[in-house]
Amino acid sequence: MLWNAVLLALRELRRNTMRSFLTMLGIIIGVAAVIILVTLGGGATRQVTEQIASLGSNLLMIRPGKHMGPAQSTGAAPFKLADAEALARDVPALAAVAPTAGSAMTAIFANENWNTAVTGSSEQYFRVSNRQLKSGRLFTASDVRSGSAVCVIGETVRAKLFGTRDPIGSRIRLNKLSCEVIGLLEAKGQSTMGSDQDDIVVIPLRTFHRRVAGNTDVGMIQVSVRDGESTAKAEEAITRVLRARRHLSESEEDNFDVFDLKEIATMLSGTTRVLTSLLGAVAAVSLLVGGIGIMNIMLVSVTERTREIGTRLAIGALEREVLLQFLVEAVVLSSFGGLIGILVALGSSLALAGVLGIPFVLNAPIVLISFLFSAAVGVVFGFFPARKAARLDPIDALRHE
Amino acid sequence: MNGNESTSTGPALIELAGVTRVYGTGDAAVHALGGVDLAIVQGEFVAVMGPSGSGKSTAMNILGCLDTPTSGTYRFLGVEVGGLTHNPRARLRRNYLGFVFQGFNLLNRTSALENVELPLIYRGDSPGVRRAQARQALAQVGLTGWEHHTPGELSGGQQQRVAIARAMVTRPVVLLADEPTGNLDSARSAEIMHLLTAINRDHGVTVIMVTHEPDMAAYAKRTIRFRDGLIETDHSHTGGG
Ligand SMILES: Nc1ncnc2c1ncn2[C@@H]1O[C@H](COP(=O)(O)OP(=O)(O)OP(=O)(O)O)[C@@H](O)[C@H]1O
Ligand SMILES: [Mg+2]
Repeated sequence: MLWNAVLLALRELRRNTMRSFLTMLGIIIGVAAVIILVTLGGGATRQVTEQIASLGSNLLMIRPGKHMGPAQSTGAAPFKLADAEALARDVPALAAVAPTAGSAMTAIFANENWNTAVTGSSEQYFRVSNRQLKSGRLFTASDVRSGSAVCVIGETVRAKLFGTRDPIGSRIRLNKLSCEVIGLLEAKGQSTMGSDQDDIVVIPLRTFHRRVAGNTDVGMIQVSVRDGESTAKAEEAITRVLRARRHLSESEEDNFDVFDLKEIATMLSGTTRVLTSLLGAVAAVSLLVGGIGIMNIMLVSVTERTREIGTRLAIGALEREVLLQFLVEAVVLSSFGGLIGILVALGSSLALAGVLGIPFVLNAPIVLISFLFSAAVGVVFGFFPARKAARLDPIDALRHE
Repeated sequence: MNGNESTSTGPALIELAGVTRVYGTGDAAVHALGGVDLAIVQGEFVAVMGPSGSGKSTAMNILGCLDTPTSGTYRFLGVEVGGLTHNPRARLRRNYLGFVFQGFNLLNRTSALENVELPLIYRGDSPGVRRAQARQALAQVGLTGWEHHTPGELSGGQQQRVAIARAMVTRPVVLLADEPTGNLDSARSAEIMHLLTAINRDHGVTVIMVTHEPDMAAYAKRTIRFRDGLIETDHSHTGGG
């Protein structure tokens, strides 16, 4: 009997191809919207999460001055190398301490030049900021002590200056400093804040102080907290040590800032996730509206097809056969619409993810749920019109004009 | 009883006793049938005539188990069926009765073959069986070669023949036709009457037909006249036109 109902329903839908398609459109759009939003949202969340993971283990950034975010400092005295050494000595919770100083500068190789960010730091920098070496070598503690003219470059700098050539062993020029490229860093992509983390040249701090900056300021100290140690406790200890070294009295505010980048990134990913659920909810409402569209069309078609229903009843259709036929029509419409919606959604989210540069994260449960939901929409919104059709009195239905 | 002469020739297929049908209630009540007694035996060809509003269609609907009497009894093959509920009546219709309507009532945009198949689908026949039977029924009404035409592509006479094929395909015991030629010209009407006569003669199907035209009634072997919800006259005669 179910098979017969399916057969009759399919014949009915085939008879009214255009109406069937328009009815499905609501569901197609609803399902596609839900899946596209959830997929893209998932991709964005994944991207942020991956960036958090790549930030380095328990990275804290310490900057002089007061900041509202990782922006420019507001004129407090810079740190000195001794501050970083004090932190490494006096805060046992820290695994590594990297004093850094930076400056935007033009790097030149042969005829190529490229504006990039030059950072002077210790050999600990790579560990703290979680940078892997791709080829060559990193500079060592002795390079840092002696202030040798060596540098490690990022992928973007390599691409801009060297093209297809191997950079290792070549010398690049940074203002007056000519230094040998000894290492190439593994690419890391964009940061959470959107800057290119591969557009970078790292040289020993002492080299930077002497040959580039002409002073001994340390613009920022980056530290990583030991695994298992509380970041908050480490922050407190750092604050205590630095307050003492900067001679701040009880009543004075900190004139430096300790950032937990991870905190900011986590907040960002939380926002993305909330946004995704919100948009998903909006899309779900559109799916519901699609369901009401189906009900509307089915109700109209019950009225429109009253005579036909009368005929079916007159030639021996049982009440439940008419009910089942209408129900199957609604379910076929909505689940077929759901299926098309899924295909549309997969196609467009794949394309959109490419355009927006975020990973394509297929959320299988959502695909399944929206399909089941669209089928359920058919049952729920198809039932009322179906029952109305089945309960028609054959003679009344036949008299209907 | 009005049908006494006929019942003597065999067991009654259809027996109405004191059947009334009242539409509406109170002051607005319409007594469409006011106590009808009627017996029809297997194999008869009955024409039902009478002025408009005399209750012909009401009686046909009750005979066709589309409607139930307000009071009185309806025995079909000796079984009381007047009080049956929806589904048993639907089963009765699909197994024993074929209905032909004045307005054909075919499903539009659906081929002749699929229209004729429809009752067999509801009866649960397998696709092969119902295909073959539908083709055979269409052949019987002279529509071989027209199986895949939709009602819109068929003439009125052809449409009515499809409707007759659909009523006949289940091999019913009784074929009920309410003004089957009402929408057709006289040549098409004659075709339909020949068809009904053949069905009655060759297959022993009991045919009950409402008509306004004496020419059409002349094909039947018995004519029943209604007036004001009652049977006025009931004549048997030699049918065959
Ligand atoms: N559904 C209904 N509701 C109310 N009154 C009805 C209904 N159907 C029929 N009637 C009334 O019952 C009476 C008999 O109607 P019926 O249709 O049986 O007449 P008929 O003999 O078939 O007429 P015609 O030759 O015009 O088809 C009429 O007075 C009609 O108005
Ligand atoms: Mg009538």
